[in-house]
Amino acid sequence: MNRISKRLSDLKAEGRKALVTYIVNGDPNPDVTLLTMHKLVEKGADIIELGVPFSDPMAEGPVIQRGHERALAHKTSLRNTLAVVKSFRETNQDTPVVLMGYANPVERMGAEVFAENAKNAGVDGLLTVDLPPEEAPILIDKLKTAELENIFLLAPTTPRERAEKIVSMASGFLYYVSLKGVTGAGHLNIAEVDQRINELRTMTDLPICVGFGIKDGESAKAIGKSADGVVVGSLLVAKMGELENESPEMIAQAVGDLIEPIRKAIDEQ
Amino acid sequence: MSQAKVQSANVDYAAFPDKTGHFGPYGGRFVSETLISALDDLTEMYERLKNDPEFLAEFDKDLAYFVGRPSPLYFAERWSKNAGGAKIYLKREDLNHTGAHKVNNTIGQALLAKHSGKKRVIAETGAGQHGVATATIAARLGMECIVYMGAEDVKRQAMNVYRMKLLGAEVIPVTSGSKTLKDAMNEAMRDWVTNVDNTFYIIGTVAGPHPYPQLVRDFQSIIGREARSQCLELTGRLPDALVACVGGGSNAIGLFHPFLNDETVAMYGVEAAGYGLESGKHAAPLNEGIPGILHGNRTYLMEDEDGQIIETHSVSAGLDYPGVGPEHSWLKDLGRVHYGAIDDEEALNAFRMLTRVEGIIPALESSHAIAYADKLAREMTPDQTIVVNLSGRGDKDIHTVAEIDGIVV
Repeated sequence: MNRISKRLSDLKAEGRKALVTYIVNGDPNPDVTLLTMHKLVEKGADIIELGVPFSDPMAEGPVIQRGHERALAHKTSLRNTLAVVKSFRETNQDTPVVLMGYANPVERMGAEVFAENAKNAGVDGLLTVDLPPEEAPILIDKLKTAELENIFLLAPTTPRERAEKIVSMASGFLYYVSLKGVTGAGHLNIAEVDQRINELRTMTDLPICVGFGIKDGESAKAIGKSADGVVVGSLLVAKMGELENESPEMIAQAVGDLIEPIRKAIDEQ
Repeated sequence: MSQAKVQSANVDYAAFPDKTGHFGPYGGRFVSETLISALDDLTEMYERLKNDPEFLAEFDKDLAYFVGRPSPLYFAERWSKNAGGAKIYLKREDLNHTGAHKVNNTIGQALLAKHSGKKRVIAETGAGQHGVATATIAARLGMECIVYMGAEDVKRQAMNVYRMKLLGAEVIPVTSGSKTLKDAMNEAMRDWVTNVDNTFYIIGTVAGPHPYPQLVRDFQSIIGREARSQCLELTGRLPDALVACVGGGSNAIGLFHPFLNDETVAMYGVEAAGYGLESGKHAAPLNEGIPGILHGNRTYLMEDEDGQIIETHSVSAGLDYPGVGPEHSWLKDLGRVHYGAIDDEEALNAFRMLTRVEGIIPALESSHAIAYADKLAREMTPDQTIVVNLSGRGDKDIHTVAEIDGIVV
């Protein structure tokens, strides 16, 4: 069983919700990422979502855009991201790592080469923001061959019929985008998210994680009532920017500290 | 992404994009899931309206009475004589209201916005021509208009920024990334994904997710349809060659598309070679780029070995873009259109030449096509004709040219 499915089914058995944490590889500099990944695990992250820097991150709000810019100033890219995951796996074989990014760096590497390299590096899944399932038949196929999960996104605007189609192709978990907007937006509507998740539950048994707009323990807890997991990103990336000039150890510690209260809040369910 | 060359004579160009929005391997819809249903709705609405006599009559009426169409096909007699080869005709899109071909498309899309019931329109702009054209039609239809423009371009194009403000638009400077057109497009996409329920995104060129490359092409094809009948009327036959500049490629596809099935008509798209193709500082993805994914479609791009989009350069802001419309990528692979490039200096020389020889000040974008046509004409004979798309007037570029000349205007 893939690390993602195992982790999510273990959590479910314990009656707990998954905490998914997002940082950008190489933000604010390459020395920070690996330390922070380990620190996040120590502080209670269940799944690491590692952002692959891209020059044109269309789906991101200003906070994560800056994270991509800081990372790209150090030329970190997809190849470097795979190398970081490989290093992470030297001491951590259990925590699932999902790469989150945009289609072009994967396209440039080539679907088959990517799938193979990602597998070898110890990546568990890929979430591509600008790659709807219709446009990705080859990549989906190659990921499947390499036993990597292709994480599909569902949005508040996804009609039922389309959601059914996407759900039927999905594995690992479903990523529900909680709002119409970019990452870090401030208009989360909990009741609306609950309703959509309940609707999705009628179509699938796959775990559903919710991202975009979750900023603190309170919103994480509220979303965690209906979802199987919550994704926290902008909060962490904002801290990366704030502490840009500090030592890697200090940044990793501070970012790790941020998720402690969130972990606690979602465990209070 | 090696695509075998298809025999272009066997292609029915009118049948593309296909049902899924692709031109061969290009085009498509590479966007956030949140936007898919809005694109489905737009596609459905456009399919319904594109052959609707009432919608088309409304569009034609605006083109005639608001834009001033048809634009003339003008025989550039002195230039032709100086070049000493083919007869050169200019399709005078510079004479349109707002001064460029851009308005053909903004009117079409604003009518779609009106039919959709959405009262807020957004646009991205580089030099400001598409922004001005969008602000113009929004003013006329009483719509709220937001224009995203790279902070660098806001500084360089102060006059167009002021024009948009006069027209009632809000201009938002974009400070992310390279602070130019591509970043303005990213920001417009972010606005759209946030306000998708009440907002219509008016894209300025034949790029972006399906159905934009198709509907922008269809609205701009008025250029080629007019040129075709005007050429037949003036010369008794079809032109031997068409020349147009290519940034995103909307004026070029507008001229080319109605001629694609005319095998005898050669076509030349002209990209910006900036400081020269060999310098790497240019905006010529069809000449030097490779296929990739940006702004909702698969197309030729300027990118590095990691798939990061690289910064471009051209003296002409309207061509300063790292991508190109997907249909152009396909036409390149098919060999139906030849894509060349003209550098900054050649374009500036053509700008000055046309101004002095024909009394027409061309946009710097269009000056790339003029420079190319000048070379091409010399290889042809006086019984042959070239139609050049004079896509815009050069008033907006006076400051740029004066600065290069060391003159403060």
